[in-house]
Amino acid sequence: MALQDVCDWQAPDAQGPSPHLPRAGGWAVPRGCDPPAFLRAHGPPLAHGTTTLAFRFRHGVIAAADTRSSCGSYVACPASRKVIPVHQHLLGTTSGTSADCAAWYRVLGRELRLRALREGRLPSVAGAAKLLSTLMARYRGLDLCVATALCGWDRSGPALFYVYSDGTRLQGDIFSVGSGSPYAYGVLDGGYRYDMTSSEAYALALRAVAHATRRDAYSGGSVDLFHVRESGWTCVSRGDACVLYAELQEPPKAGEEEASEAGS
Amino acid sequence: MASRYDRAITVFSPDGHLFQVEYAQEAVKKGSTAVGIRGTNIVVLGVEKKSVAKLQDERTVRKICALDDHVCMAFAGLTADARVVINRARVECQSHKLTVEDPVTVEYITRFIATLKQKYTQSNGRRPFGISALIVGFDDDGIPRLYQTDPSGTYHAWKANAIGRSAKTVREFLEKNYTEDAMANDNEAIKLAIKALLEVVQSGGKNIELAIIRRNQPLKMFSAKEIELKVTEIEKEKEEAEKKKSKKNV
Repeated sequence: MALQDVCDWQAPDAQGPSPHLPRAGGWAVPRGCDPPAFLRAHGPPLAHGTTTLAFRFRHGVIAAADTRSSCGSYVACPASRKVIPVHQHLLGTTSGTSADCAAWYRVLGRELRLRALREGRLPSVAGAAKLLSTLMARYRGLDLCVATALCGWDRSGPALFYVYSDGTRLQGDIFSVGSGSPYAYGVLDGGYRYDMTSSEAYALALRAVAHATRRDAYSGGSVDLFHVRESGWTCVSRGDACVLYAELQEPPKAGEEEASEAGS
Repeated sequence: MASRYDRAITVFSPDGHLFQVEYAQEAVKKGSTAVGIRGTNIVVLGVEKKSVAKLQDERTVRKICALDDHVCMAFAGLTADARVVINRARVECQSHKLTVEDPVTVEYITRFIATLKQKYTQSNGRRPFGISALIVGFDDDGIPRLYQTDPSGTYHAWKANAIGRSAKTVREFLEKNYTEDAMANDNEAIKLAIKALLEVVQSGGKNIELAIIRRNQPLKMFSAKEIELKVTEIEKEKEEAEKKKSKKNV
């Protein structure tokens, strides 16, 4: 093949069994093994079900998630971390199989760090999303489940990409992923504006996750809120989901009413 | 004694030379001159065009090649070797865009070409590439860059440089006439490249090929007419400078 000759590129199937370990970042799957069927027959129910959301606005990117890790109808962990930092200016919200997300994010972190050392600067968020989707696309059909939103700030400003383990890679302003995402989308679509202030953005994100945890059985626990700015990411808050929902249901306080009357 | 160390290039000579690499650099010195200039808002590449045979189609002889929208290179040395290197570099530019979503930086593609050249100085059965390359372009931070690679696989950044036949003469001319202030003017940078080539090229503007890249603009090749215009401008300036000098003397 002409490309093969020029680029020294080898189709993966053309490589026979070899005594060497797979190249860094690659795992060999034994031939004849069918992971999806095996898992369905013998494996534990994998952890799925969550509410994560991310949206970009003028002052950066907000990432919020619940903290319930469910394994079928069993809550494996009520306080897990679903927003994973990759580097100072990049966060990922994770949904799908927790183990897959954790592993692939570490691989992504290593790839980005290597490139930063070689090139002198980190790849853009678009580049990181591309790297992640091409890494995972090689394992398509092997039951990987990683649905993630990469939130970051790069040379082009606030950036947000959705990556799914079948290789989907989408750019957008609002993404919500997980079993609670329909509820979150309803709240987000109602209240989103690109020109929000940071506090309006925090309130919107918290409200969206709170409503989702209220209605979705697989979401709950606490609500994590992160903000990625030009100076890097910060963890804004981690608060209990039920307490948060109760606060949202309270009528506005007396002081606030007077302030709004004085304003009008 | 030197002949014993020519056979396989992976062998060092007793005094630490890689003779094949040095012979490759001799091959480069036989190639036609190429000049590169880095201005403040422009990068310029100029090459000496060898006169073509009567029946040869001139348009098929190209010594300045675009590697991507924002990077181009000129070479001096063996044309066939250059074709291979340019192909690999073009594929790498697109692969980089595919994997990392960003266009290559000029330094990245220079490093790629230099690494490729170095690989060929350290494997048996192969000879080094017989070309030096001048690679110019703008990075997405808007900074202009000029790099030079040589057959040994080293690369350096330059403000202005020349490779090929008479490179030394041209480089001395550039050292005398390159000033940062002048290079802030695009036209001055273009004229400096042409002036530098006119030092060594016979029969003037007809045998010069010129290309420029301005910030955020694609590569522009100059037509023969445009080069003639610049050459006329340069000659006029020379005449006026002569007149002034003679007035002073009188």
